[in-house]
Amino acid sequence: MKLLAMDTSNQAVSVALLDDQQILGEMTVNIRQTHSQTLLPMVDQLLKQTQTAIETIDRFVVAEGPGSYTGLRIAVTTAKSFAWTLNKPLVGISSLALLAANIVDTTALIVPLFDARRANVFTGVYQWQSGSLQTVVADQHVSIETLLARLQLLAEPVYFVGNDVAHFKEELQAALGSNAHFVGANHNLPHASVLGKLGLLAEPVADIHRFGPVYLRKTEAEVNWAKTHDERGTESYVEQV
Amino acid sequence: MSKKRELILAFESSCDETSVAVIEDGHRILSNIIATQIKSHQRFGGVVPEVASRHHVEQITFCTQAALEEAGVTYTDLTAVAVTYGPGLVGALLIGVTAAKAIAYAHHLPLIPINHMAGHIYAARFVKPLEYPLLALLVSGGHTELVLMAAAGEFEIIGDTRDDAAGEAYDKIGRVLGVPYPAGKEIDRLAHLGQDTFDFPRAMLKEENLDFSFSGLKSAFINTVHHADQIGETLNRENLAASFQASVVEVLTEKTMRAARQLDVHQLVVAGGVAANQGLREELAEAIKASGLDLDLIVPPLRLCGDNGAMIGAAAHIELKKETFANLTLNAVPGLDFPYRA
Ligand SMILES: [Zn+2]
Repeated sequence: MKLLAMDTSNQAVSVALLDDQQILGEMTVNIRQTHSQTLLPMVDQLLKQTQTAIETIDRFVVAEGPGSYTGLRIAVTTAKSFAWTLNKPLVGISSLALLAANIVDTTALIVPLFDARRANVFTGVYQWQSGSLQTVVADQHVSIETLLARLQLLAEPVYFVGNDVAHFKEELQAALGSNAHFVGANHNLPHASVLGKLGLLAEPVADIHRFGPVYLRKTEAEVNWAKTHDERGTESYVEQV
Repeated sequence: MSKKRELILAFESSCDETSVAVIEDGHRILSNIIATQIKSHQRFGGVVPEVASRHHVEQITFCTQAALEEAGVTYTDLTAVAVTYGPGLVGALLIGVTAAKAIAYAHHLPLIPINHMAGHIYAARFVKPLEYPLLALLVSGGHTELVLMAAAGEFEIIGDTRDDAAGEAYDKIGRVLGVPYPAGKEIDRLAHLGQDTFDFPRAMLKEENLDFSFSGLKSAFINTVHHADQIGETLNRENLAASFQASVVEVLTEKTMRAARQLDVHQLVVAGGVAANQGLREELAEAIKASGLDLDLIVPPLRLCGDNGAMIGAAAHIELKKETFANLTLNAVPGLDFPYRA
């Protein structure tokens, strides 16, 4: 089965083509960039270099979030459009899981995190159990303080993963001491080949039309509105006219 | 063998409508699916960009499928894919641009980038063939411009707003009157029930240029209402709406007629969301009649005045002939504008 995997959830853009477990090609660019200008040319180059026609892709895999809202929407919209228009299955994988899966050969807890600003992070807790990556604590938007308090309670070794870990390194070390482990640059970067491997095993989405990013946060406008309004009973905010 | 039909699949997502259309030869609408988010943004009293972007992702393939099905065509029938790439909300534009790029790429179709405002003007093509040079009055929530088209696909701004767009002024005074967003239609209705009794200023009417300004009118309106509130007086809403609309319409009509007299044009296209305004349509028609000019007023039907994919497909027909194609790096350009006349 040929899989095309793509991730634009943070600064890096990564695309990979796999034939089952075999990586046929992978490309990752980690500069400040406009994902809408970078992603499709990278996909095109990857397909050309691997002499692959897009029609022969059997499954599209995308990092579905959390992450930067605008960034997420580029890969999600691209993958969703490809899968729908070519009538192929689509798989969405947590952007945090794909970073966690960079860390192999350990059964310790793995904590990928993205800086969500104002001392908050997007994070989850993962662990390899009998060769498969399991979610121990679901992805969430949480204050760094709360995350640290929970990890202190666990009192276990933890591997922190992701480029944003550097923003919190001192706090993590101060809170967890020798239980806090950090990884090298290559492991902090998202790799679409890892995403592809996770996507090979995952269940495709049931309804491609309804698929969208997993933001893990409502917009500020919606949060404020919900304080004074009851949303129950509202059928739909969007209607065909 | 019969000539292959020219079929364009056109995307529009610049603000709060997700729309996909299939257009034949630039002037036949085979489908024009519009999913509007008005109900969503009414919660907030205006369009919230992040909310708009999220809705577009949920709608984009739905609308595309509906457009293809309603038109009864498949990808092999298509000649090209077209998409609005600006102006508009960047996050919203990006969804249409990204989906259009992916679909064009997947089916090896050329991709045509379209200026949203050109689309609004080309909505008139569904009424009748356009003749150049042509004058267009573009009025929407974001724009108030007089545009001269010397030829098909050529646009030059000859008059512009110095501050607020006309549609923006409607929404702002709508808030003061307690009219829910978007306010234009309701104020237009109220205006028809009232009289111009407040005599609000007609900004820049005496100046020679073709530019507009609506912030002074907006301030005068708000001050009048606030002053009345302070002294416990209740003003007649119909008369307030009528007075506001009379000022907007008079300035738009005067400047447009001034431009028409200066230029050798025989068609006047009124385009954009505010083109739906009955007061504006009536006054322009009367002014043309009174002027004795040989000027044909073209206003697209209501459904084509708002944002829609059909108008993008109509504009794309011209760009296809000119072979204006985008490559895979196409990005959204939120501040895209026509050039100003030198
Ligand atoms: Zn518009």
